[in-house]
Amino acid sequence: MEMQQFYYDNKIVKKFIYATLLWGIVGFSVGLLLAFMFLFPNLTEGISWLSFGRLRPLHTNAVIFAFVGNAIFAGVYYSLQRLLKARMASNFLSNFNFWGWQLIIVAAAITLPLGITTSKEYAELEWPIDIAIALVWVAFGANMIWTILQRRQRHLYVAIWFYLATFVTVAVLHIFNSLELPVSFLKSYSVYAGVQDALVQWWYGHNAVAFFLTTPFLGLMYYFVPKAANRPVYSYRLSIVHFWSLIFIYIWAGPHHLLYSALPDWAQNLGVAFSVMLIAPSWGGMINGLLTLRGAWDKVRVDPVLKFMVVAITGYGMATFEGPMLSLKNVNAIAHFSDWIIAHVHVGALAWNGFLAFGMIYWLVPRLFKTNLYSVALANVHFWVGTLGIILYALPMYVAGFVQASMWKQFNPDGTLTYGNFLETVNEIIPMYWMRAIGGSMYILGALILLYNIIRTVRSGSDVTDELAEAVALTKVPSHRTKGEGYHTWLERKPVKLTIYATIAILIGGIVQIIPTLLVKSNIPTISSVKPYTPLELEGRDLYIREGCVGCHSQMIRPFRSEVERYGEYSKAGEYVYDHPFLWGSKRTGPDLHRVGQKYNDNWHLNHMYDPQSTSPGSIMPSYKWLIRNRLNKSATEDKMRAMVTLGVPYTDDEITNAQTSMNQQGKMIEESLYQDPDFVKNYEADKKYAKENGLEFIEMKDREIVAIIAYIQRLGTDIKVKDDQRITKK
Amino acid sequence: MSVIYLLLSLSILVALIFLIVFIYSVRKGQYDDTYTPSVRMLFDDELVKSNKKLTKN
Repeated sequence: MEMQQFYYDNKIVKKFIYATLLWGIVGFSVGLLLAFMFLFPNLTEGISWLSFGRLRPLHTNAVIFAFVGNAIFAGVYYSLQRLLKARMASNFLSNFNFWGWQLIIVAAAITLPLGITTSKEYAELEWPIDIAIALVWVAFGANMIWTILQRRQRHLYVAIWFYLATFVTVAVLHIFNSLELPVSFLKSYSVYAGVQDALVQWWYGHNAVAFFLTTPFLGLMYYFVPKAANRPVYSYRLSIVHFWSLIFIYIWAGPHHLLYSALPDWAQNLGVAFSVMLIAPSWGGMINGLLTLRGAWDKVRVDPVLKFMVVAITGYGMATFEGPMLSLKNVNAIAHFSDWIIAHVHVGALAWNGFLAFGMIYWLVPRLFKTNLYSVALANVHFWVGTLGIILYALPMYVAGFVQASMWKQFNPDGTLTYGNFLETVNEIIPMYWMRAIGGSMYILGALILLYNIIRTVRSGSDVTDELAEAVALTKVPSHRTKGEGYHTWLERKPVKLTIYATIAILIGGIVQIIPTLLVKSNIPTISSVKPYTPLELEGRDLYIREGCVGCHSQMIRPFRSEVERYGEYSKAGEYVYDHPFLWGSKRTGPDLHRVGQKYNDNWHLNHMYDPQSTSPGSIMPSYKWLIRNRLNKSATEDKMRAMVTLGVPYTDDEITNAQTSMNQQGKMIEESLYQDPDFVKNYEADKKYAKENGLEFIEMKDREIVAIIAYIQRLGTDIKVKDDQRITKK
Repeated sequence: MSVIYLLLSLSILVALIFLIVFIYSVRKGQYDDTYTPSVRMLFDDELVKSNKKLTKN
């Protein structure tokens, strides 16, 4: 037995911990700012890069990829080295992983507020950043696998299986959801359209939750909970069973985000079935985590690390019980688009991810710095402030979601909607938004206490960047397992395995033959009256994407009496065939917009964008004054149309060459229609006069951004209305 | 919608990769002993546990 001495790389772990703390506080703070925007909609009035629609993706990306992402890396880099009894294989790759990831986060923090976004949830970053993410992610995986190959412990502990699954699956998801056709350096269109784009997006989106927020954290749970409790995991066998079943089932559950949408029923039902099954492996993991503390509950009483972990695992259990419930179609009909979902994801993020990360940090930092935690009392304060913060956040949001969704569905005896005005249902839940903001503030307060405690701990400790360790070198496995027999001889004695291999062989053949054949044809019922957007509408749609309108407004009317009554004819798959990307949305802070076209006149939209409260008293929509002032950038319209042609949108060459003329004409028409309002004429002419007198450049209304967005909004959902009119005239 | 065939095949492919890894890991004896690993991970290999400054040799 040869003893080998080597050094663990602690420096990389520390760097990731610092990044976790920094980005955590940034991500939470942006979230809090957004929470206050529900109460004071014009908090950041007139500052485009601080508007709600642009900050929402910044908040979700910062929390998921910056806070949770760095926590994953910190935990993996610490535990992987110790479980394998080996230093990370490459210092370069470790540092490339660290700095690359931070650069990506900075790039996100710059581009998202500037409105550079693909609009696909949790995948908003534009294509150059997507490529960078893929590179850094592969560097992480390569480093991990390389280290595994150099290990001194042959057996791979269950946590490592979770890390490996995370790496493989996130890579596949990220690459396929980010397939987009670049128009310019910072603009691209999703290669998928409408229903297809929605399906790919939620296949990705749900599995971002599964394989970025869940599997790596389960791996961390399997390492840090036993370590902190100094108890072996409750059942190693259960951990194996739940690992394999979890990763297999999770990847099918995506369509539960699209229930009652234009997605075909069989795909919806497939998603529901797998989502319901998910409760078994999820709770297997939760039970295994909690029962690890059997006989050690006295430690939970005194150790803040274990307290955080217990709440984290409990939060995981609650969120994964709720997930399958929310996937049932009758529950989903109520909860979808409401604040219920916001409560659900925050139980997951604040409790499971946040508290497990906090527990891990409280455990790691004293060990990395060879010292004791500066203040256990402060850690306890953090625990209680944070826990109460989560409760105060989640409970009001559950109430808000349920109340608002019930109001949306309430009918009078005469068959009219009781709350026909959407704003009535919004104003009803404002007190709940207040409580949420208070809960969120408490959670951030806790995080600041953590930061202070960690800074003091680090200062009192000593810096051990490379930690000396000793382990036995890897020995060869005796070959008695396979001695003296050929591979197939072995296989022939294993009927089950033989069957499995045979099935694989069949499936591969089937996939190769069937997929290309099927991909050619589309099975969306096409609607002949649905036509591509005009150039001006296309530009308006890009503004809709830039401003993040999709964060608060859905474009998907479900086939319910309450929704058809409120919004109009339910949405059909064939209406979205030219939507690259799809803009169905996942939350209705404001009303659905799929049939808003022609519902209000152009002046209404202009006034509404300028001052939403003037047209809709009590509205919590912020004003979009810059849209009314800015000149519309028409320089890339032809390129955009050509990109759309590549993606299968039937623009003719004539339409592309005449794009500028067409935009000019449509802009003029909208400008003329705006002249119907005497108030508009007065203000507009006064502005014109003022500019002339002072020698300032004057942008004509037809060239402004607002005209493009009005053109787009007025087009929404009208293609099939035209058909109805034609039918009536034929009679 | 035809993209669902791509997604299904990708999902099956991911599942297959894991199935192969599973079979491989079983054959390599990863699950022969389902008790020791849970205890083994509790032991530390670090040589210095005190609050002493460590120097590279």
